[in-house]
Amino acid sequence: MRPADTNRPALDNSDGNPVITTTGLTKVYDSRGREVTALDGVDLHVREGEVFGVIGQSGAGKSSLIRCVNLLERPTSGTVTVDGVDLTALAGRGQRASKELRAARSRIGMVFQHFNLLSSRTVQGNIELPLEILGVSGKERSRKALELLDLVGLADKAKSYPGQLSGGQKQRVGIARALAGDPKVLLSDEATSALDPETTRSILQLLRDLNQQLGLTVLLITHEMDVVKTICDSAALMKRGRVVETGTVAELLATPGSELASELFPVTGHATGPGRTVVDVTFQGEAASQPVISQLSRTYNIDISILGAAMDTVGGKQIGRMRIELPGPYEENVVPIGFLREQGLQVDAVEDADEPTDVPAQIPALVKENAK
Amino acid sequence: MTWSEMQPLLSQGIIDTLYMVLWATIVSVLGGLPLGLLLVLTDKGGLLQNAVVNKVVGVIVNIGRSLPFIVLLIALIPFTTLVVGTFIGPSAMVVPLAIGAIPFFARLVETAVREVDHGLVEAAQAMGGGVPTVVFKVLLPQALPTLISAVTTTVIVLVGYSAMAGAVGGGGLGSVAVNYGYNRFETNFMLITVAVLIVLVTVVQLIGDGAVRLLARRGRTS
Repeated sequence: MRPADTNRPALDNSDGNPVITTTGLTKVYDSRGREVTALDGVDLHVREGEVFGVIGQSGAGKSSLIRCVNLLERPTSGTVTVDGVDLTALAGRGQRASKELRAARSRIGMVFQHFNLLSSRTVQGNIELPLEILGVSGKERSRKALELLDLVGLADKAKSYPGQLSGGQKQRVGIARALAGDPKVLLSDEATSALDPETTRSILQLLRDLNQQLGLTVLLITHEMDVVKTICDSAALMKRGRVVETGTVAELLATPGSELASELFPVTGHATGPGRTVVDVTFQGEAASQPVISQLSRTYNIDISILGAAMDTVGGKQIGRMRIELPGPYEENVVPIGFLREQGLQVDAVEDADEPTDVPAQIPALVKENAK
Repeated sequence: MTWSEMQPLLSQGIIDTLYMVLWATIVSVLGGLPLGLLLVLTDKGGLLQNAVVNKVVGVIVNIGRSLPFIVLLIALIPFTTLVVGTFIGPSAMVVPLAIGAIPFFARLVETAVREVDHGLVEAAQAMGGGVPTVVFKVLLPQALPTLISAVTTTVIVLVGYSAMAGAVGGGGLGSVAVNYGYNRFETNFMLITVAVLIVLVTVVQLIGDGAVRLLARRGRTS
């Protein structure tokens, strides 16, 4: 096990080297003569030591993407580089993986939604499998397996069979197995999607700890926004085979109109009357702990209503969004808004025009429900 | 016929049947296991995808499966003579028995191996495992309980086939039943032979089921 890297760069200036890079990754399936494009030119950059989440609905191409990263699926075109090695160049021809590709894969850990543990082997036997593939001697295998079990908190389950474990314990075994080859990169394919919320939290915590203690780079795919919120430093949103937004969580929040940011921090609320100004204020880092709203109120002697707010800790940092209402039209509030921007906050004016469109949209839905 | 007359015939019959079935089972497993694996591995999307090999093996197995055993038995006489030197007696019967059971067992192996969750294969590949790893550390161990059931079924089919072989001079319980029970109207002898066959099949099934249960138990909560 590598020692914990205490000099890990701070998360918000993660200019680290890219560990996983995909360029123009395209995957086209031939489904009974019809071509289905699962990946459509995906460029992904995962920096060393970060937890990178790819989120999207089912069918968005996340699964194909993560399988293309270790070439379990062959991309139709494009390249995949992991830890400086161009895997697409190693692939060789045909279905069979070349020796070089297999060696590279053994340095990439992978955990699965359905754990994929061998029911015919004990927990320890499962963790030893990747070591057997690497040709590690029996004694060393067993030492390493027990060490990894200890790391994931299952030291007492070595002789149990997977069938005797709970879902969360199975995933811990899956994680221990993925770490057996001392990987630099861990791929997580919906690792928590089959688990209940509490177990999900504990597994995410484990991934976070491993990321910090071992300097492990984690690329995870998920359809749960909560997962991204809980552990990701960076995220990408996938839709119909394309990455439509990507960046660190801070960058995404700073992007006006970012869909991921508004999904992560949904704020709602409408102006209480005409001639008022509604703005979304995004806090992060230092600014999150400053009493800016009361400062604004005192400095300009205005009344501020909070229409909606969402605060959370993302990747260990306080981040939040708030929708506030200021009296008077926008033109009269240029100075207070400037004050907020000076404090390092991001301020986006909310167009009130969407209010009337929202209301009629709801009425037919209600009518329909009543008709049932 | 008195018991003292029947007893040695019966003993020899049981020994010959067990001899034929045992050897035919060993050869069928050795032949059918690779064929069954090959059918899965060379199939579309398989690890060794190869349409030509898959088709050829598939056709051979289907031909073997579609021939009635009694026809195969007679058709193989020249081949059996070539291999064993004779086509009469228990040793000679091992050849047609095994050739008859190989395709049968191969199809059972194919089904058993296909049942293994593809996620497990993917996991082994993601660890850097090649085809041998997938076959010997994932597919076969995971399919083991089903494979043992398949062997049990094959043994029972072979007991049936061996009785048919008895009709054409193969020896064993089949010969005893035909020669004495049928041709000489020894009804008692026939009944005893039937009873012995029933016991034989039951014992084989019990042993097979016991082994499967033993293997299956470790997967469950104890």
